[in-house]
Amino acid sequence: MDVSTQNTDNKPFPGEVHPTAGGGILVTKLDEVIGWARSNSLWPLVFGTSCCAIEMMSTAGAKYDWSRFGFEVARATPRQADVIIIAGTIVNKMAPVLKRLYDQMADPKYVIAMGACATSGGPFFYNTYSVVKGADHVIPVDVYVAGCPPRPEALLHALISLQEKIRRGPA
Amino acid sequence: MIEEVGTTETGDLVINVGPQHPSTHGVLHLVITLNGETIKKVEPHLGYIHRSIEKMCESLSYRQFIYVTSRMDYLSSHINNHGCALCVEKGMQIEVPARARVIRVLMDELTRLASHQLWWGAMAMDIGALTPFFHAFREREAINDIMEETCGARLTMNYMVPGGVMADLHPNFQKRVIEFIRFFRTKIDEYDELVTGNIIFKSRMQGVGYLSPEDAVSYGCTGPTARGSGVSCDIRKLYPYEVYGQLDFQEVTATGGDCFARYKVRMQEMRQSISIIEQLIDNIPEGEFQAKTKAVLKLPKGEFYSRVETARGEFGVYIISEGGTTPYRIKFRSPGFSNLSALDHMARGHKIGDLVAIMGTLDLVIPDIDR
Amino acid sequence: MTKEELKVTLEQLLPSPAFEEGAEWTTVVIDPAGWEGTARKLRSAEGLKFDYLFCVTAIDWKTHITMVYHLTSTVYRHTVVVKATLDRANPVIGTVSDIWRTAEFHEREAFDLFGVEFKGHPDLRRLFLTDDWKGWPLRKDYEDPVNMIKL
Repeated sequence: MDVSTQNTDNKPFPGEVHPTAGGGILVTKLDEVIGWARSNSLWPLVFGTSCCAIEMMSTAGAKYDWSRFGFEVARATPRQADVIIIAGTIVNKMAPVLKRLYDQMADPKYVIAMGACATSGGPFFYNTYSVVKGADHVIPVDVYVAGCPPRPEALLHALISLQEKIRRGPA
Repeated sequence: MIEEVGTTETGDLVINVGPQHPSTHGVLHLVITLNGETIKKVEPHLGYIHRSIEKMCESLSYRQFIYVTSRMDYLSSHINNHGCALCVEKGMQIEVPARARVIRVLMDELTRLASHQLWWGAMAMDIGALTPFFHAFREREAINDIMEETCGARLTMNYMVPGGVMADLHPNFQKRVIEFIRFFRTKIDEYDELVTGNIIFKSRMQGVGYLSPEDAVSYGCTGPTARGSGVSCDIRKLYPYEVYGQLDFQEVTATGGDCFARYKVRMQEMRQSISIIEQLIDNIPEGEFQAKTKAVLKLPKGEFYSRVETARGEFGVYIISEGGTTPYRIKFRSPGFSNLSALDHMARGHKIGDLVAIMGTLDLVIPDIDR
Repeated sequence: MTKEELKVTLEQLLPSPAFEEGAEWTTVVIDPAGWEGTARKLRSAEGLKFDYLFCVTAIDWKTHITMVYHLTSTVYRHTVVVKATLDRANPVIGTVSDIWRTAEFHEREAFDLFGVEFKGHPDLRRLFLTDDWKGWPLRKDYEDPVNMIKL
């Protein structure tokens, strides 16, 4: 989505707290609280096929730390992961593996297509017999990131957009 | 032969490692046959990132196909591009100016440092130590920033062109590299303190994955994998290109043949790279950064082979040209392809944890193998 | 050995070789039928000792297929290029994977992409593509309207 039309009226905490004796009462919509909780602790799946994986590792490194946003633990198994960041090219031989990983993830699950290869085949679009021209031929994608490879800041922007998408809720 | 996953008639277990697994090497699918926890056979299944690069290059021009090699071995992207540019220059007899040659060698050595840093961090992470990963990436970010100022990109720089380099060095380049070298010299001692002397690390690496020199040559291994067994095969020394013939550096070999020897070879190579950069950074000659070439390049009919030493070994570019503007056939001789074929030989009789250590010291980048 | 000395030695050693001129290294064109014997001689003959096979390529020339082997010696540091011309309809050549172990993977790649059959290979099957892939992709007449998008 275009940066200028991005939804920026996210309240830091959904709802209002009314202080009463013995604690407080939170008045909010259940969807908002659930969306807020889910978006702040998305655990990515370790899935990097080629060069974008290095930029993903840089984003996990100390300079562009993604654990500030809740993506602390990168799980190796899809059963415990929330978001799969497809970093790299998907080829015909790998597509069933990707589909199986996506199926093994538990709901709610989200997908980020990182880089030009996962978005549309990228530099390998013309005259290749083995590349899947875009990961969305295999699984439904929530956020696309452009770049070859995208800068770590671009990936962080994608992760934050995904968080906002989750907070907006279904609709 | 091909084993199905499950139990064989003799009671051995056949399991899959990959293609998606936490070691950050890429998509490598290994089918290992185990007796208990001892490995009897390792069979790599490739092709999960086979992007038909050689076929694609047959329809790209001689200036265009260089970007694709950045994405093959993406940790030595400058060096891969360098090999392609050398091959085209050999075919067209282009003379590269002195300034461009020195800039190319500087970029190559910085890339080698960045690749070895990531190798060190990722290998320590595979063994189980998570802290070195963050140290390695901190240093890599410094190199990435230097590259970004001059070349425009952090990972896949399209900087080498036939005839020289694409743009001149940024005015800050010299100052930043000198600062980085001063900073990194202290850090590499820190690396040794942190990991090399650690007793757990040593017991996991010493005596594991022995490769004899004859086997290393027979399996076609190059780079630190072969030099760890004592085979002298550094392209920068045997077939010097650019200004390597005039530089004072040593080829690092070790005689152990096991994982620890390969590890020590790479740590020493980092120090040699630092010394090469120090020799060159104050003596960059003035002049042109790119030779004058025609806009559309046409190689004469024939075949041309050029080789460079990447962080993993010998990268060869073999162009067969029919005189047109696109190559008739390109073959990329990738170092990882031959290094991987020795994995089965090295891993037999070891445990699964040792397999991870061996793969770490082979320094595999799977898109380089699959092309 | 220099290029000329190598040429002389090879002329004595091999049965009726043909030489290609104008290349960077000594290039010898042999008959594919005798490849295994020739390979053993190249590997172990005194003065040659080509123990390092560093590149195996297959080229599709539309009328025939050429196999190219790049060999070098770690002892004498000389390089030779061996070429063999195969019939395109039925490309068969002997394997050298028992002489140079690296050839196992390289020959599987040539089989996968070109369809060249290597007699005596311990495990000849597709390497990069799925086992049920039809066709030999790197041949010049390979058409794949589903996957390949032409520019």
